[in-house]
Amino acid sequence: MNRTAISTAALAIAAAGLPAPAGAQMEQFIPANFYWVGPYAASGTGFAAGILDYFAMLNERDKGINGVRLTWEKCETEYNNARGVECYERQKKKGPTGATVMHPLSTGITYSILEKATADKIPVISMGYGRTDASDGRVFPYIFPLITNYWSQNTAKIKFIGQKEGGMDKLKGKKIANLYHDSAYGKETIPVLDVQAKKYGFQVTHIPVPHPGNEQQSQWLQIRQLKPDWVILRGWGVMSPTALKTAARVGYPRDKIIAVWWSGAEEDAIPAGDAAKGYITAGFNLPGTSYPVMQDVLKHVYKKGKGEFEDPSRIGSIYHTRGVVAGIVTTEAIRTAQERFGKGKPITGEQMRWGIENLNITEARLKQLGAVGLMAPLKISCMDHEGGGPVKFLQWDGKAFKPVSDWVPTDQSIVRPMIEASASQYALDNKITPRDCSKEK
Amino acid sequence: MLYREAGQFRSSYAEDQQIFPIRQDRIGIALLLVVAFIVVPLVGNQYWLSAILTPFLILALAALGLNILTGYAGQLSLGTAAFMAVGAFMAYNFVLRMPWLGAIPSFILAGLCAAAVGFVFGLPSLRIKGFYLAVATLACQFFVLWVIQRWGWITNYSTSGVITAQTIVLFGYPIATPAAKYLFTLSIVAVLALAAKNLMRSETGRAFMAVRDMDVAASVIGIPMMKTKLLAFAISSFYCGVAGALYTYTYLGTVEPEAFTLDLSFRVLFMIIIGGIGSILGSFLGAAFITLFPIFLNVFSGWLSHLTGQDISHAVISNLEVIIFGGLIIFFLIVEPNGLARLWQIAKEKLRLWPFPH
Repeated sequence: MNRTAISTAALAIAAAGLPAPAGAQMEQFIPANFYWVGPYAASGTGFAAGILDYFAMLNERDKGINGVRLTWEKCETEYNNARGVECYERQKKKGPTGATVMHPLSTGITYSILEKATADKIPVISMGYGRTDASDGRVFPYIFPLITNYWSQNTAKIKFIGQKEGGMDKLKGKKIANLYHDSAYGKETIPVLDVQAKKYGFQVTHIPVPHPGNEQQSQWLQIRQLKPDWVILRGWGVMSPTALKTAARVGYPRDKIIAVWWSGAEEDAIPAGDAAKGYITAGFNLPGTSYPVMQDVLKHVYKKGKGEFEDPSRIGSIYHTRGVVAGIVTTEAIRTAQERFGKGKPITGEQMRWGIENLNITEARLKQLGAVGLMAPLKISCMDHEGGGPVKFLQWDGKAFKPVSDWVPTDQSIVRPMIEASASQYALDNKITPRDCSKEK
Repeated sequence: MLYREAGQFRSSYAEDQQIFPIRQDRIGIALLLVVAFIVVPLVGNQYWLSAILTPFLILALAALGLNILTGYAGQLSLGTAAFMAVGAFMAYNFVLRMPWLGAIPSFILAGLCAAAVGFVFGLPSLRIKGFYLAVATLACQFFVLWVIQRWGWITNYSTSGVITAQTIVLFGYPIATPAAKYLFTLSIVAVLALAAKNLMRSETGRAFMAVRDMDVAASVIGIPMMKTKLLAFAISSFYCGVAGALYTYTYLGTVEPEAFTLDLSFRVLFMIIIGGIGSILGSFLGAAFITLFPIFLNVFSGWLSHLTGQDISHAVISNLEVIIFGGLIIFFLIVEPNGLARLWQIAKEKLRLWPFPH
């Protein structure tokens, strides 16, 4: 190939890379910064497919939101903080109004873009992960750990254990082991467990598992000596199936293991084989394809060959429906914002923040969306950026997750004071003046 | 033709010993500095400044630190990320607990803390060499992260072990915008790179290289083994520590100890292997290759699917990137085992003769 040909090709490539020209004004751009490679690809691909399938379904079925089509571009973060920041910077100015909202899908990346997004006025939704004390919207105006944060989830777990034991007063003298991934993510629930241990009189032992967690013999021997009544499994990636397999080897009953939702997906259970049978996990979304919204995804997206998954067996898996729930929350917030700032017009990040803060997904709205049972109703406010939604507990029967509880409410009387204390400490350290929520309109 | 040194005579020792003896090089480096200090902050957008150039400079500084130790003094180390972590978390503590100190002294003190840790973990180098030493520094990598995660004081008792970098103020001017952060990083990197270049041309640098080439011979000609090796560890760790502090303060903002895992140590090691072992320029070239190339591949694959209209599955593209990147590393190592810096040197030699090679 001669030089002219090379430079022509290079020019053509450069030209094609330029942003799309006019006609793009009726679009709402949402960055798709997820991960399709690396050790956590199972969760990254599932969640990405869910949220993008839902967007594609809205585009196909309703022509977007009030005529505003949803667009997105993918960027590979590799679950790496540095790459996540690069993707954030690359995507934040795209589309007619810039990035609407970010889903970092990694606690580490959420931390890394927290201040940047606040300065750039782009809301960050860290659904079921991220910085817990960001639930205080006065200090963190642009960060939304929606639905249920780790501390709330943890109080629901203790309540669930209480139910199983036959009442919260029966928790006295019980032993609970907290087996956690030794990272910022894993350590997040230690203080809330300590507070509850004091309140209910149970004894809690924190046992760290070094990253990545593919060797847990000594931790489980410690658990065997301790003989705890329950084990809370706060795992991530390969740590979760390894924990289940090692538990089977030391003979710890699996139905006494309660996992966090990042340990409770098909991708965590199947690799552990029979060892996984009977373990319980928390969840803020349910798996399955029977919900009308999932049927719409199948009909409008997969039937037309536009789905994200190549492997149809993953449709309706926990991570997939979690992505769909993220899609519902995101688009409902856009809809809310459009109602205030102009229907059928793309909204900015700042308007999106208002949209999320005034989000109210009621039972009736869930019915219209066809997502009753898929998720619990959700209401966000300026004060409360979380929603404190209830948690459902699911048990792995060897083939699928089956619900074993109702929606268990969280205990905000424990969580909220801790969040406010932690957030005000952050405000103090970083010289932030908290907003006055009564003045927000 | 343009790059010819004919007619440039050196008439004093000072001229003979300058860093860039060829005039064209001096002009080139001056132009580069002008572009980096003045043009780039003016024309560069936020994406380029904060997502591409700043991390590149910081990792180049870390690679420079490792190059002093591994490339010049010949001591293999896998503890780079740990030294960076010491720098990052100690800088946080100095700024937090001694706010009157100012940013630069805090960073220097943080670098000195990293140097002290490097000194301690350099002690085994007096007895063991090569891969065995690498294993000893591996211990440092795990030990340091373990301490940071366990000892609450270091993270100011943050429950999740995460620190948030404070805004630093320099001469009453806050380093908050991407351009300011870039310039701050660039200034520190430029000063430290100059210092490293001169250090390597000094007696100390020559002692390092003598130890690298054959330590028995070096000790026979009177180079003190203990002092030289430990000094190499200390200086190298100082550079890495400052790089770690910058990584927190001018790049990520909020970091958890997991930002400094073994993975980062390996990446820095790959940077000097690809860039050129024992070369200041190589540290920069290697950092550019390792940090920027995956991003380029990512952007390029987007263009390609845009251009061809082929909707290639993103999972395939993501995996292809990793495959291509790995393949290129192997290709470069086979074609030029001495790294990109050596390629640059060959190009320069060819240019001197061009257009009449003999």
